[in-house]
Amino acid sequence: MKRVYVNEDWCLGCHLCEYNCAYANSGLDDMVKALKGKPVFANVHIEEADGITYAVSCRHCKDPLCVRSCIAGAISIEDGAVKIDREKCVGCLTCVLVCPYGAVAAGANGAAQKCELCLANSCGSPACVKGCPNNAIVYEER
Amino acid sequence: MVEHFIYPEFEVERNKDRCIACRVCERQCSNEVHRFDPELGVMVADETKCVNCQRCVSLCPTRALKIVKSDCRLRENANWSDETIKEIYKQANSGGVLLSSMGNPKPLPVYWDKILINASQVTNPPIDPLREPMETKVFLGKKPGRIKRDENGDIVTDVTPQLELSMPVMFSAMSYGSISYNAHASLARAATELGICYNTGEGGLHEDFYIYGPNTVVQVASGRFGVHKNYLEAAAAVEIKMGQGAKPGIGGHLPGAKIVGDVSRTRMIPEGSDAISPAPHHDIYSIEDLRQLVYSLKEATEYKKPIIVKVAAVHNIAAIASGIARSGADIIAIDGFRGGTGAAPTRIRDNVGIPIELALASVDQRLRDEGIRNNVSLVVGGSVRSAADVVKAVALGADAVYVATAALLAMGCHLCRTCQSGKCNWGIATQRPDLVKRLNPDIGSRRLVNLMDAWRHEIKELMGGMGINSIESLRGNRLMLRGVGLTVKELEILGISHAGE
Amino acid sequence: MGEYLIIGNGTAAVGCIEGIRSTDRESGITVISAEEHHVYSRPLISYYLEGKTDLERMLYRPKDFYGKNGVKLIYGRAEKLDPKKRTVTLADKQKKTFDKLCICTGSSPFVPKFEGLETVKKHFTFMTLDDSLALEKALTKDSRVLIVGAGLIGLKCAEGIMGRVGSVTVCDLADRVLSSILDSECAAVMQEHLEKQGMKFMLGDTAVKFKGNKAFMKSGAEVGFDILVLAVGVRAETGLAAQAGCEVNRGIIINDTMQTTVNDIYAAGDCSEGYDSSTGTNRVLAILPNAYMQGRCAGINMAGGESSLNDLIPMNSIGFFGLHCATAGAYPADADIFEEKSGNGIRRLYVKDDCLAGFIIIGDVNRAGVYTSLVREKTRLDERALEMLKASPSLAIFSPEIRRRKLGGAV
Repeated sequence: MKRVYVNEDWCLGCHLCEYNCAYANSGLDDMVKALKGKPVFANVHIEEADGITYAVSCRHCKDPLCVRSCIAGAISIEDGAVKIDREKCVGCLTCVLVCPYGAVAAGANGAAQKCELCLANSCGSPACVKGCPNNAIVYEER
Repeated sequence: MVEHFIYPEFEVERNKDRCIACRVCERQCSNEVHRFDPELGVMVADETKCVNCQRCVSLCPTRALKIVKSDCRLRENANWSDETIKEIYKQANSGGVLLSSMGNPKPLPVYWDKILINASQVTNPPIDPLREPMETKVFLGKKPGRIKRDENGDIVTDVTPQLELSMPVMFSAMSYGSISYNAHASLARAATELGICYNTGEGGLHEDFYIYGPNTVVQVASGRFGVHKNYLEAAAAVEIKMGQGAKPGIGGHLPGAKIVGDVSRTRMIPEGSDAISPAPHHDIYSIEDLRQLVYSLKEATEYKKPIIVKVAAVHNIAAIASGIARSGADIIAIDGFRGGTGAAPTRIRDNVGIPIELALASVDQRLRDEGIRNNVSLVVGGSVRSAADVVKAVALGADAVYVATAALLAMGCHLCRTCQSGKCNWGIATQRPDLVKRLNPDIGSRRLVNLMDAWRHEIKELMGGMGINSIESLRGNRLMLRGVGLTVKELEILGISHAGE
Repeated sequence: MGEYLIIGNGTAAVGCIEGIRSTDRESGITVISAEEHHVYSRPLISYYLEGKTDLERMLYRPKDFYGKNGVKLIYGRAEKLDPKKRTVTLADKQKKTFDKLCICTGSSPFVPKFEGLETVKKHFTFMTLDDSLALEKALTKDSRVLIVGAGLIGLKCAEGIMGRVGSVTVCDLADRVLSSILDSECAAVMQEHLEKQGMKFMLGDTAVKFKGNKAFMKSGAEVGFDILVLAVGVRAETGLAAQAGCEVNRGIIINDTMQTTVNDIYAAGDCSEGYDSSTGTNRVLAILPNAYMQGRCAGINMAGGESSLNDLIPMNSIGFFGLHCATAGAYPADADIFEEKSGNGIRRLYVKDDCLAGFIIIGDVNRAGVYTSLVREKTRLDERALEMLKASPSLAIFSPEIRRRKLGGAV
């Protein structure tokens, strides 16, 4: 299955992926409208240390701890992609507690959110990948 | 002493309605122009540091940024321009030679733009390159003057070493040190994929790039940095650099600060030491001396590789080229006054040398007149900006052209002309690891290949229009060119008729 | 592989079904459910009262779950277990045979013998959906509610009803709230937050006697109430297992394949006593993720596959009125503690023998999972890594090679 991977040799730490992600998942047609003056809830985040930066997002594990741990049964695997039913989610954040990558986070209305590969939003393929200025984030089969 | 205040050249225009304070501009500006003010909750800018490299503009996700030329001007004066006055202030502040980068930006004539290309109509019909074969391949090197036969009467086919190029374009010399590892990687990989050559410049060849040797021209310049046996053997051709279009008559100086790590190892000089290339080669004071170096290099490479001699286009270029053609060199490269550089004294860059178009025409004519045109191939550089410039150069007599600025632009350069600062935001003219990584060679090489593919298509279209199906048939075919707005003298030197003639 | 029988219809049972079906798509599975409900998420009963979910969305698995997995669901209470005959007898005398059995009976509320409890008209426990529905019926806008027990269940219940009643008072013999998961520093932070929301506490004190609408406290105080919720604690349901001769301690003893001491009988979830790798001891790890993982592990092994669990740790993620709390691992008394307070939050890391033994975060819990995995995997941390972790949880502590492996492939 195609997943999102980061190559830290090329990650610039510009954080554009975070904004492109938040915009793609906002459901709005204008980035300014989507993000200006609002808290940004991105499903990818940049970590940095010692001059190295890299983007982290859901690995879509084959045997995901979040799916097994969700107290509401709101996280499931669909065609290999791990998805959160945000209607079912009660925001207990157990998924946040168990994800070894730190790739699940509390979203705008308290429900958990994570990368769902932009398969369901208008972007169609991962916005972080499309917008990465240095091809540091790729969407490929490995 | 308090420095005289010089009003910033550029202004950062931020559309507050669009800015989402994502701080991408701040993170991407190595000049530290942008800053987030947590108290005001907005982005602020310090224009004094802006070089208008457009990195922030390019990456701003909401297109909230614009860099504009400041309209704060000194009182108008046709003689004392703003720029001239500010240069005086700068020198009065510093007492130093003014430094600049890239090519001469002055509004001097661009002859390419005053030359027009022919097309076939009715008779000798044009060729459609999508339907007919079209040859863009060229071989650079000495061509035999006549057919030779052996004792059995068979034709002797072994010619002197040739440089084979899939199209008449090469990436010209840019040293590792003046540009980054990733820029070199991009050039090397693109040249290999394209079947052309790139040029190491006087910076040695990084060990990682030996695999691209068959598409590499290695340079031997006055400082002899990075020259050794393996270096010469790795290459497809060896270039002796006598001069450079951006700074004819002077040497080079890469500051010690940039001689770190791999750069130092590749140049074979200690870390932190200034890399000073002398103005002359201290062993070359005559064509005979040059011949000695040419043959030394031929000996070192067992006569398997063509030797290029590169000179800047200067006043008596025709006579110089004639001498070089007799020195044993296989290829002469001539660099016009608009050629780029990583750093040059501004006065030299803007006032020394001559246009490449004129130099090329006069050299080609002189070599023909002297019957030695086939001794050498001619490569010209110094602001070849498009496929049309390539076609015009070939029709004026060039075997191939050198491009560097266009290649840099393809890799992301925005011609801010501050390479000398070493803080290139595009990861090209810098050795700072955090900036170098901004140029991913996957992207850099892809874009270079795209550019050359596009040019190749355009060259074919232009040739097809003229009813010509190979570069060989176009070379020196000045009948295909006409001048516009040129004086009789200029037309005479270019060896072309005026439009309408 | 024969007939599978699962007693219980909670999280561990679902794990067990999914575990079996990952290995064996054919054989029959029967589930005996004491509660007459499609499997629902038990921890959601407080969210239900709070209005954050409804009966539909509370379903732990979709409506077609049993059908799709070829599961026969029987409502009834299992009363007898005969390991020799391999039969389970239900309260209605119905007999079920099995080749492999998994006991997923969970736990039930522990209600101490209070004097006068029978005089209290409205008293509830808070464990099941039916408990929650019954409690809901009793709630009025003016109800004064007394909750005995300031643990996870008591406080979640308090949060759930807070907006629907007049007042909520919580008492607990322990000197702090959430004493099973928080140390006193963090408990103080949480208590302050809860008090700001209007919750009243009587800590280090508990009810000893009831008379009508009045509770008599150990301290001598008297508390009037309209509704009483008893959330003192829970006990593992081990009766059937004991009957069958399985070794039982506080929970049913299981090994790392979830097998009890009796052949072909497995146990998983809150009724079992598994291995807590953070302390190296066996204990009841009564939390939902572990119930699922144990159930799944049991299922795989029952179906002839191979699975073992030896890295379970206690952990909890819980929020009250928007303030989140994430905890995992152990808090050894001799550990080095790093503490950071910010806003209304607190973060405490327990470091022992160059490993992260446990942590408590109240406030911003994002990326806490990085800490949890370090606890679970007992990752050795050098000084540089520790300093980084103090700043924030991040994969930056790993060498580029390890990080590339973690982020670079399918996992």
